[in-house]
Amino acid sequence: VNALASGGFWAFVGVVAGIYTIFALGLQLQFGFAGLLNFGQVAFMAVGAYTMAILVVKEGWSTWLAAPLGLAAAAAAGLLLGLPALRLRSDYFAIVTIAFSEIVRYVATNEDALTGGSQGTIALGKVGSAAEYNGQWTRFQDWVQGRLHLTSKDTAMLVIVWVVALALLTLVWLAVRTPWGRVLRAIREDEDAAASLGKNVLAYKLQALAIGAALAGVAGLFYAWQFSFFSPDDFQPLLTFFAWMIVILGGLGRVWAVPVGAAVFGFLFAGTRFLDFRPLSSLDSADRAYLRLIIIGLVIIGLVLVRPQGILGKRDEMVLE
Amino acid sequence: VFWQLLANGLVTGSVIAIGAVGVSVVYGILRLVNFAYGDLMAFGALIAYGCNGPWGLGMVPSALIAMAATAALSVALDLVLWRPLRARRAGFMSLFLASIGLALVLRQSLLLAAGPQPRSYRVDPFKVYVLGSVRLSQAQVITIAVATGTILLLGVFLARTTLGQTMRALSDDRALAAIAGVNVGRVITVTWILAGLLAGIAGVLAGLVEASFDPNFGFHLLLPIFAAVVLGGIGSAYGALAGGLALGLAMELSTWPALFGGVNPVYKPVVAFVLLAAALLVRPQGLFGRARVV
Repeated sequence: VNALASGGFWAFVGVVAGIYTIFALGLQLQFGFAGLLNFGQVAFMAVGAYTMAILVVKEGWSTWLAAPLGLAAAAAAGLLLGLPALRLRSDYFAIVTIAFSEIVRYVATNEDALTGGSQGTIALGKVGSAAEYNGQWTRFQDWVQGRLHLTSKDTAMLVIVWVVALALLTLVWLAVRTPWGRVLRAIREDEDAAASLGKNVLAYKLQALAIGAALAGVAGLFYAWQFSFFSPDDFQPLLTFFAWMIVILGGLGRVWAVPVGAAVFGFLFAGTRFLDFRPLSSLDSADRAYLRLIIIGLVIIGLVLVRPQGILGKRDEMVLE
Repeated sequence: VFWQLLANGLVTGSVIAIGAVGVSVVYGILRLVNFAYGDLMAFGALIAYGCNGPWGLGMVPSALIAMAATAALSVALDLVLWRPLRARRAGFMSLFLASIGLALVLRQSLLLAAGPQPRSYRVDPFKVYVLGSVRLSQAQVITIAVATGTILLLGVFLARTTLGQTMRALSDDRALAAIAGVNVGRVITVTWILAGLLAGIAGVLAGLVEASFDPNFGFHLLLPIFAAVVLGGIGSAYGALAGGLALGLAMELSTWPALFGGVNPVYKPVVAFVLLAAALLVRPQGLFGRARVV
């Protein structure tokens, strides 16, 4: 099968790029605008996805009620992490956030009764019945497909994800243009100066962290709906690093650089699936997956070395330090 | 049970402590939080496995070869990656991200070269030493002995030798040390050699203790190591040692049934972090770190 030519495959790549756009947008707000070194972004994605799935399967909630609660839970997790951790120096904060995301994953892996454990959401329901939480979502997808006369469910998902992504990008773009956004940037540049102007630095940082976490929560919901089953292993720290790569690739402190970075990343990630020309064709698919991550690691290193401001970044406003 | 847990804690703690000192000296001299350190440890563990398993060498020569190989890799990485970044005056963020990229490259290269299957060293798993109420496996006894030796040597090196004192001086105040005539470039090379040797031995010991390991195991070791470094105060080598031992003991003792029923063993790494968070709230600069005056 020539997957390169198949529309379904590229629709899938587009959906994943859209989900990553929303995920990395949260990080752009936290780091690109507020200067927070959050390396635990994937935890908020997990909290959003699991909260929604658990409420639907175990409590019988409607998806449309459970989804906003998933977002609220992700934002609350951001506050919970930020209240103690934001008082630390930035390098300590970075390490504590990674630790936080690993703790969330440990809990999801080991609290079988709550999360289905390492088997994932497939074990959320009673024994013998595979749990289903995305029935309502699939019906919504069908409805969109019918209304817009789209050829497939994948295309419907593509449209929904990108409509939401563009709406959120616009919202964040508008928000960072308000006085609120200017205070965030002032804090990024010089915390003490912002504090001396009477700004409550901790409160602003907490807001940026919580809003960024909620955005990761949105990404988590779409991740759950797209893949229908997920497990704690889907929320490895690797995902956070992908988001970092997208934000830096696109450009720091630039809202519209996020979809550019996500598109390049999606292309790179999907494109490296096709590394099956000689001599690489002797490798099996697991080996090619390793090779793909090696390439992504090399791209991260190359960016840091060659273009620390990213594709669309402005060198005089923000460079990696 | 208490004494058994205490002994286990010493074993876990000494492995964490050695790794933490490696991370800490690099941070002290280069201001680099090295995310690739766990994978450097995995590299050492796998080299030793290659010597010990297929080649049939004993554990001691295998460990020595692994340490040498890890130190060589560590110096080579300085030449191709860290030195160019220093030339560009890269800051904390750039260095941290580059180390994340490097961690990906290293880990996936190990997986590509060695495969994901778990493996074990050839030690007798049934040989048990009994000491009062404590039962220690051969691997645990080796670990305690080697770790104690390493920690003592390290202490003597840092406190008594000129090179060790120079390293600490550089980590205290780089500009002042350079003015005082310290050859910064040479100390950096020595730092990487030391970090590599420590990563090699810590990786081999961790592989011994864990009974079986795969190329991914470095990353799981990294988080308790980071916790130990932060607990001890970033950049303080003695702090890292103490932090590592304290965390190892806390992780094992937290499962003691007499202590509120004990924590489920799967949450041992979580205990490390809860402890870290609590300690940081009381002393944000770490147990041995100095409050930064700006």
